[in-house]
Amino acid sequence: MGVDVTSTYLDHAATTSMHPEVVDAMRPWQETHFANPSGSHRAARVTRQAVDEAREVIAASLGVNAGDVVFTGGGTESDNYAISGSVRSRGGIAVCSSIEHHAVLDPVLHHGGVTVSVTRDGQVDIDTLRQVLDGVISSGQHIAVVSVMAVNNEVGSINDIAAVAAVVREVAPEAWLHTDAVQAACWVELSQIARHVDLLSLSAHKFGGPKGVGLTVVSNGATPEPLLLGGGQERGRRSGTIDVAGAVGAATALEKTTSERDVMSQRVLSLRNELLDALVQIEGVVETVSREHTVPGIAHICLSDLDSEALLFMLDEADVYASAASACASGAMESSHVLSAIGLSAELRRGALRLSLGHSTSSRDIDRAITEITRCISLLRERRAARKQRV
Amino acid sequence: MRVMIGMSGGVDSSVAAALLHEQGHDVVGVTMRLWGGESDTGCCSVSDVDDARRVAQQIGIEHVVFNFSDEFDEHVVQPYVEAHQQGITPNPCIECNRHLKFERLAERADELGFDAVATGHHARIGSHESGRLRLERGADLAKDQSYVLHMVTAEGLAHTSFPIGHMTKGEVRAHAARLGLRTAGKPDSQDVCFISRADGRETFLGNRIPLRTARVVDREGTQVGEVPSVEMVTLGQRRGLGVPGGGPVRYVIGVDASSDQPTVIVGDADDLLVRSQIVHSMTWVDETFEGDALAQTSAHGDPRPCHVTSIGDRQVQIDWGLRSTRIAPGQSVVLYDSTNTWVIGGGIAQHSPL
Repeated sequence: MGVDVTSTYLDHAATTSMHPEVVDAMRPWQETHFANPSGSHRAARVTRQAVDEAREVIAASLGVNAGDVVFTGGGTESDNYAISGSVRSRGGIAVCSSIEHHAVLDPVLHHGGVTVSVTRDGQVDIDTLRQVLDGVISSGQHIAVVSVMAVNNEVGSINDIAAVAAVVREVAPEAWLHTDAVQAACWVELSQIARHVDLLSLSAHKFGGPKGVGLTVVSNGATPEPLLLGGGQERGRRSGTIDVAGAVGAATALEKTTSERDVMSQRVLSLRNELLDALVQIEGVVETVSREHTVPGIAHICLSDLDSEALLFMLDEADVYASAASACASGAMESSHVLSAIGLSAELRRGALRLSLGHSTSSRDIDRAITEITRCISLLRERRAARKQRV
Repeated sequence: MRVMIGMSGGVDSSVAAALLHEQGHDVVGVTMRLWGGESDTGCCSVSDVDDARRVAQQIGIEHVVFNFSDEFDEHVVQPYVEAHQQGITPNPCIECNRHLKFERLAERADELGFDAVATGHHARIGSHESGRLRLERGADLAKDQSYVLHMVTAEGLAHTSFPIGHMTKGEVRAHAARLGLRTAGKPDSQDVCFISRADGRETFLGNRIPLRTARVVDREGTQVGEVPSVEMVTLGQRRGLGVPGGGPVRYVIGVDASSDQPTVIVGDADDLLVRSQIVHSMTWVDETFEGDALAQTSAHGDPRPCHVTSIGDRQVQIDWGLRSTRIAPGQSVVLYDSTNTWVIGGGIAQHSPL
């Protein structure tokens, strides 16, 4: 069953719906203009032009040079390219925050890197970052790249990338600075982030574009080693035939997101706050991080007495689609490294619930979510109490 | 009826799910993620979850994955390691059924408004003349799993279903093939699911506890051999004891892993024979029992006649009449009625003195 008007989709941070104009914009590049943009004939020149224009649209939204924009196969590839590519290109290690997405965290640790702890609200503490960088450098190690996510994907906390950049430039001036801006795209003016960093990752399906399309902005002369070798597309930075429709879709979605961001953010912020205000009225519900430090799209709560899995199952049956931590390959809910890193107790971590809003979220969605979450929590508690009495 | 069926990704639970759905029940398939580590034994791996999910899709039921890996570690893996450390031979499948399938999953199902939990075990639920429910052996005696289910009580059976218990394995596979399920020809899982075949038990234990060399002595205390790890030795074992060949076959008749100088005692086959056995941590399917019964001491072992006497809180003594082979401490002893049809209860074999 698809997501229809009767269901309440609150998992936009996992994937948000594609804008209809994005679908429309992509279609000709699958149907009519299918030529390989690397070709040398007229049909190829048409698709090549579409890619070039898409790249310019994206560059304009980000305030970077078109030549800095590299199309990839998704956010994970973009992050891996930034981390592994930098380490392979320059030697040394990578440093990242302890709440990075696994697409950053795992390559950092794979290459023997170091993590920086975060505050209770899920933000990198600038003094801690300075200490860690100092420590690594004074131990004689070379830092290839520092990576701090612009917005966390679970709790929605925002990092001050300008402040991060100031410390990195001062303490580790040789290091490239990367930010995973995948969860920032809908909510934060990306040019304000891009201007501070050398490498930036985006994923199109998080801002109304198609899945399987990522972007890496490579600027200030950074030259990470490519992950994929082959035909030398993307100026040798990412071999493989360019997904023309994907590039057009990403550009259309990012342009729309950028132009509508302020209005959409305001609207979603008030919906999100309405949702949180109602949920914290329920006994035992804790707002995981202070909402003033988060993007409008994420409401993260925890319950100490219930399991996320049970609550999510009940909500699923009520056609309310939400999530807990990130799901692993098997589909099981994995214990969240983010919630551990911000110092949440094991009980609260077990009862995590992430409700993420997006451009298509309506006030009816919020009303239904409040009603159903309230109902499911009390039903679970009633059944648990009844079972305790029986056993 | 609303039924939650545990789907391991094997053929038995696949067919069990299909049968429940055919019978018109409201069925949801659940795969429990139990073991977070490496596995090559065909259990808990991503490919098993894939199989379970695909079968659920083919049948037309919902499928979800629950992560119970913390509980599995606490109730199955850690006790397994600790038992080996004490020279005891544990049965992790039974502890998994006890704590995960018929406790944690049953609790979850109840909480989510399900009437019953079903599994693909080869066992049947029948009833006494009084109407009380009882746990019976599966129709396919070669595949019967009532031994590993003995801890399910009559109250639990009221909320349990074993949809394939009346079928032979051949019938189960044929049904799966008829439905075109991808698990139809999948081999049975056999080993301990959390220990990889490539590395084996010794490596698994060695990564978690120090393995200690033990002297192998005869009943008089004279050293006759040596083993690299006392934790790997099981009562009744006769190979790998470092005893020079040529002499009479020596069996392990005692393991002392408690002291600083672990010792394995060997003797002849006769030394393994005892008249009685104490069983602790007994659970009863229904009422407590004293009298003549049959005792089964391994998953597919032959049941032996015995007399059961209560000797304390959840403790019984079973007398064999004639002398019978001693049971390795830690192994489950399951009592069946004299007709070898239904389970009375079961517990864990205690150390018995030489």
